[in-house]
Amino acid sequence: MNVNETNEKPRLDLEAIRAKLAGQTGKKYWRSLEEVAEQPEFQLWMDDEFPNRSTIMQINRRDLLKFMGASMALAGLSGCRSVFLPEDKVVPYVKQPEELVPGKALFYASSVVLAGYATGVLVEQHEGRPTLLTGNPDHPASKGALDSISQAEILNLYDPDRADNVTYLGDISTIETYDVAVRTELEKAATTGGAGLRFLTGSVTSPSLAAQIGSLLKKFPNAQWHAFEPAGRSNIYDGATLVFGKPIEPIYNFKNASVIVSLDSDFLNATETPGSLRYARDFADRRRVTGKTGVMNRLYSYESGPGLVGAVADHRYAVKASEVYNVALALASGLGLSVPAATVSGPAGKDLDAVVKDLQANKGQVLVIAGKHQPAEVHALVFAINEVLGSFGQTVTLVEPIDVTADSTKVKSLKSLVDDLKSNKVEQLFIVETNPGYTAPVDLDIATAIPKARFKVRFGQYEDETSKLCDWHIPQTNLLEEWGDARSFDGTVSFVQPLIAPLYSGLSTLEFFGRLQGKSLGGYDLLRAYWKQTGLGGDFEKSWRQVVHDGIIAGSEAKSVTAKVTLPVFPAPKAGSGLEINFRPDPTIFDGRFANNGWLQELPKPLTKVTWDNVVHISTKTAAKLGIDIDDTVRIEYKGRSVEAMAFHTPGHPDEAITIHFGYGRKEGGNVATVSGQDGGGFNAYLLQTSDAPFIGTGATLTKVSTNTADIASTQGHSPLQADHVFDDRDIIHDWTLAEFTTKIDDILKEEGEKSKEIKENNLYPEQIFQFDGAQWGMTIDLNTCIGCNACVTACQAENNIPVVGKMQVARHREMHWIRIDRYYSGTDENPAVTWQPVACVQCEKAPCEPVCPVAATVHSHEGLNQMVYNRCVGTRYCSNNCPYKVRRFNYFNFSDNQPNYSEQVEASFVGNANIPGPIHIQHKQGIPLLKMLNNPDVTVRGRGIMEKCTYCVQRINEARVESKKTNSPLKDGDIVTACQQACPTQTIVFGNIADRESQVSKLRNDPRAYLLLEELQTRPRTSHLAKLRNPNPEIKSFPAFSKGGES
Amino acid sequence: MALQPLNDVMITGDQNNRSLDDAIASLILNQRRHQKGWWMLFLFGVLGTCLMGVSIMWLLYQGIGIWGNNVPTAWAFDIVNFVWWIGIGHAGTLISAILLLLRQQWRNSINRFAEAMTIFAVMCAGLFPLLHTGRPWVALFWLFPYPNIMALWPQFRSPLMWDVFAVSTYFTVSLLFWIIGLIPDFAVLRDKATKPITRVIFGIVSLGWRGSNQHWHRYEQAYLLLAGLSTPLVLSVHTIVSYDFASSIVPGWNVTVFPPYFVAGAVFAGFAMVLTFALPVRSFYKLKDLITDRHVDWMAKITLATGLIVAYGYMLEIFFAWYSANPYEWDMANNRRYHGPYAWAYVMLIVCNIVAPQFFWIPWCRRNVITVFIICQLVSLGMWLERFVIIPMSLTANYLPSANRMYYPTFWDFGMFLGTIGFFCTLMALFIRFLPVINIFEMKDLLYKIKTAHPTPAIEPGHEPVGSEA
Repeated sequence: MNVNETNEKPRLDLEAIRAKLAGQTGKKYWRSLEEVAEQPEFQLWMDDEFPNRSTIMQINRRDLLKFMGASMALAGLSGCRSVFLPEDKVVPYVKQPEELVPGKALFYASSVVLAGYATGVLVEQHEGRPTLLTGNPDHPASKGALDSISQAEILNLYDPDRADNVTYLGDISTIETYDVAVRTELEKAATTGGAGLRFLTGSVTSPSLAAQIGSLLKKFPNAQWHAFEPAGRSNIYDGATLVFGKPIEPIYNFKNASVIVSLDSDFLNATETPGSLRYARDFADRRRVTGKTGVMNRLYSYESGPGLVGAVADHRYAVKASEVYNVALALASGLGLSVPAATVSGPAGKDLDAVVKDLQANKGQVLVIAGKHQPAEVHALVFAINEVLGSFGQTVTLVEPIDVTADSTKVKSLKSLVDDLKSNKVEQLFIVETNPGYTAPVDLDIATAIPKARFKVRFGQYEDETSKLCDWHIPQTNLLEEWGDARSFDGTVSFVQPLIAPLYSGLSTLEFFGRLQGKSLGGYDLLRAYWKQTGLGGDFEKSWRQVVHDGIIAGSEAKSVTAKVTLPVFPAPKAGSGLEINFRPDPTIFDGRFANNGWLQELPKPLTKVTWDNVVHISTKTAAKLGIDIDDTVRIEYKGRSVEAMAFHTPGHPDEAITIHFGYGRKEGGNVATVSGQDGGGFNAYLLQTSDAPFIGTGATLTKVSTNTADIASTQGHSPLQADHVFDDRDIIHDWTLAEFTTKIDDILKEEGEKSKEIKENNLYPEQIFQFDGAQWGMTIDLNTCIGCNACVTACQAENNIPVVGKMQVARHREMHWIRIDRYYSGTDENPAVTWQPVACVQCEKAPCEPVCPVAATVHSHEGLNQMVYNRCVGTRYCSNNCPYKVRRFNYFNFSDNQPNYSEQVEASFVGNANIPGPIHIQHKQGIPLLKMLNNPDVTVRGRGIMEKCTYCVQRINEARVESKKTNSPLKDGDIVTACQQACPTQTIVFGNIADRESQVSKLRNDPRAYLLLEELQTRPRTSHLAKLRNPNPEIKSFPAFSKGGES
Repeated sequence: MALQPLNDVMITGDQNNRSLDDAIASLILNQRRHQKGWWMLFLFGVLGTCLMGVSIMWLLYQGIGIWGNNVPTAWAFDIVNFVWWIGIGHAGTLISAILLLLRQQWRNSINRFAEAMTIFAVMCAGLFPLLHTGRPWVALFWLFPYPNIMALWPQFRSPLMWDVFAVSTYFTVSLLFWIIGLIPDFAVLRDKATKPITRVIFGIVSLGWRGSNQHWHRYEQAYLLLAGLSTPLVLSVHTIVSYDFASSIVPGWNVTVFPPYFVAGAVFAGFAMVLTFALPVRSFYKLKDLITDRHVDWMAKITLATGLIVAYGYMLEIFFAWYSANPYEWDMANNRRYHGPYAWAYVMLIVCNIVAPQFFWIPWCRRNVITVFIICQLVSLGMWLERFVIIPMSLTANYLPSANRMYYPTFWDFGMFLGTIGFFCTLMALFIRFLPVINIFEMKDLLYKIKTAHPTPAIEPGHEPVGSEA
């Protein structure tokens, strides 16, 4: 080797460097002039392991031997670790930041934005890694709770499938190249005032973003802004326009509502309405009963599909979605409004007079609410009904729309964009966030429309269907990586602040629009500049610090407006013919934008408990008529198009109708989103949706393709073992009507007391088991306020590093959720009553799992916790067998390492039904095991062959105990909050010290409604459940049966 | 046609010590006696062993998830197979120890065979409790009470812990019993061997046995002691295995009748398995003079008797479920037998375990090897189904109905099961070829006693067989 040749440094071309540096904008660090010059020698130097060594020939023999010896010894050391485990690199702080203590989590206020609307969150951050999202107690939309979809945002952050490069026609490009291309295009557009310039966004509430787009539109006066939300709220605004003449947004106040009528609204579900968490909280507060007496609100629900509201309703009626209009008309005319007469068939019609009477009797405390998919006329009627019942100002507040895109005169629809595209009017198209390539109604034929634009840019987190139709894809940062703002359901301005530097190269939405105006400023500067200009009141610096700290601008909620209803002429109700088809957003993955999120995919959908798939919901009666059984593959034909789907009998679904959910059947957008066949993935409902009747249509036909070929993975029921109902002789659910409860409470208590006494007398165990003079942990779960929303399930998954297992494993009944929400039906299949029962480990004082473990891996703590020692567990699974509550979960495979792998399970054909995960590997992106960064460092990650279960969030208990000892202040009630309790929007779960007589949990544990699940087994659970109460209208007799109906 | 009553001749034909040696020892010394039948058994066994090997490797590589187990059915084929094999392992010790103490001379021609089966069956059984754990590499030693610096001990309250001791003790004692019994026969083989290599090998394993009075005295002492030791073990092992279920709170498991019912079931299955192997071997190797029709008859009777105890157990199970007035137990009883998705398994189990053995009331059925063989197969299947009905089926339906889930086995569940059957057959094939299948010296002893007691073929009380003094 010629030493001189390799060591010779070529001369630096300083001219070139100067030119390069001159072309740069913003801060960009360079290490040496060679790097700037991008010389190949510099690359060699970078790649070389020991850049400063001489060649091996220049080392003398003795040194060479020394090196060899040393490297041998070191090789031995490194062998200990890196062979089996990935190499860890630990970089200690040279100067530790003042506020940071390693091992101590930090919390920051931020916001999660769903379809434009913000919910305030607190982000838990460990050493720079965000690990958990919890609700911001100061935020009006959250009040400390958080729904599943918002919590799962943290998994999106670490999603290895997120787009990480600027791409042009599928090839990797740079943001600088894009800037140049955009500049050229916008210069061209400027000549025509932007006549061919189009922006397509989702719903926007962000004041700063709206201002930015506004200034862009000012610059290009002929440009047009379009907005599209596949499951949007435009019907509400259209309805308001019918009665008020302008779009108006209703905000509900359930605190003041004694009687609620839901016209196919699922207001407790985040996919239905912004503010659902707050609504759920206020709704539940009015149902909370403590002690022997109480007052509850009454909820009537007219429902066209499986929903959370129908499940908690005191009176639920299964009504076809198209008949809800009839119900609204009948209610309106019953209340004296001059509207066309309408008849309502079935029990709903029979009971209507009683409902009207109940509404009239409670004037001023009534709330009528309609589902966002209901046509504008229904919303118009609901406004009218609310006005006549005096709800405005009481239970309904009218405000100017929070959503900037609500005004259809200013922001056009997707349809008009497609029309422009088809007539070749569009030159430059910028599609921001929304994914019309997948979500657009099929008749718009978006796949041929978008390519007609000459210059088309897609800005989004995933390279999805829309990206494939565009030239440019610009990666978007996650909410946890960017600065931004948005307004919540009541208009409160909420701030989004980054918790981590962007994991991939990407721009925030503000930065993206900033660049279109030639401002390549960071998101922070853009946001600050906007608010500095707008003003925050008082000293800007001070206020700015305050609002970023709080996450909200206090008192920025929308001002109520007064509006007067002018009744338009309502069309007469049409009698629908043929099978009705309902399109709804999916309860877990929404409109498909969360399809790549394993937590949400595996979250059992409320009521059906189906995971990983969407299904055709159909009533048993209609299914029988069509000869379709559960698990059959069926073909839905509608308006000349057809898709194949899986049939599912949903009790309580109206007859002659089917409901299908959006979000599945994705073709692009990540490994998890695009799973298919046995791994889930469902079917694409958008392929049937048309723009003229986006949510409710008639004339569908359903034919069976094959029998029992679908393989639906559901976590409850759906088996020959009758898991949907409580057998008559089992005392698992306690429920009464409120009237029964308040009148017969003493009898009930006496009877239960006798039962408990008998159990106690037959007891071999001493009454007091623990002689420890300290905290004794316990929990109460109030079945009365549980709405079955699953927030606790996701919270537990996020807090406790619970893996996702994939559809095949769920089908094998190996899902890992530590808390599950059992759903029991009672009454008829046509319209059953639903009872939710969340069950996690009840921490038995005499735990049957403990004595059977041969290695003592599950033992009791002196504070009454049934603890699981993961390191000691050998996995005999005896504890699970002996657990009467079946709350233990076993790692049948190495689930925690297979996190990104849930879609890659190898189906070995000769193995039959056995499914085996593919080779165990950790998905790295840019050398980072991303999903591992999500793990909560306070909770052990469980490997293969280990049993696990709910620990009452023992890591939080321990941390609080350490703090209390350090500060020498005793633990107060409420110092420790479990993850499920924290997330629960209705405060159903209460945790605390039951040894403290004054604690909330103690009081609830001794509430007359409290009972111990399977008390007769003498397991002495630390978790008590509180009986469910219902508040039916005494005038209505067609009252759904209970599991323990009429018992007192 | 009336059947001739069988006389109680335990050795038929014109036999002397040399003919006994020829009949038994030549199986080892004259390898040409092993024909197609042996090779078929061996080939089946080796294929099965390969399947077992692959199943274990795949299991260790992937995890328990390759099986169909789930939550709530955390135990399924793994424990079904374990209990089934342990049950099969019961006949051996019962025959060698209890029948020895009860002075049943007819045991002499089948005890070696049955003991070998015991050991092999326990070897098969022992695989499951270890491999069914999530982390067998730590379960291997954490389940034993070894002293360690963490002062961590196993949990002695757990029935699984008792299992570890019961099964390992049982295996150790059975193995010792078997090996000690083999020593005099090894000496015979050493003396009879013509090839030097055979002589050297048997010379080593016969541990210098010369047949001196002192040797015989020591031998009989040891044998009797071990017989005394193993007798309680016969009852304890399966009793303890049944505690795994009986001491739990699972409806369908928590039944006090389990210990006696499990032991009876084990003997029932064990005798069926002894007959399953004894009948072909006796016909292939022309040993009908040593394992006579009378032996088959006796074994069929024991099968019938234990089968009746098992039937009584089934009745009591239902009775207790009803009598306890415990809704969970009663639902489980109904679910299993009547409306559950696996009710067919219960019907089959009744047919196999209760209906089929009733044919043994008919003497013709006891003496016809074909009927005996078929009924024994049914009993083996029935006993497997019994464990299937008890173990996974009780777990599929739960206290909280929401946790009810179906259980479906996978290829690897069957793979492990068939694999252990193959492994068992391999060991049995090797045993037949390389070790004396019938106890040579005890047969000689018996022959001597028969001849001295001539013309009465039966053994008079008072004529003690070897080893019953002390």
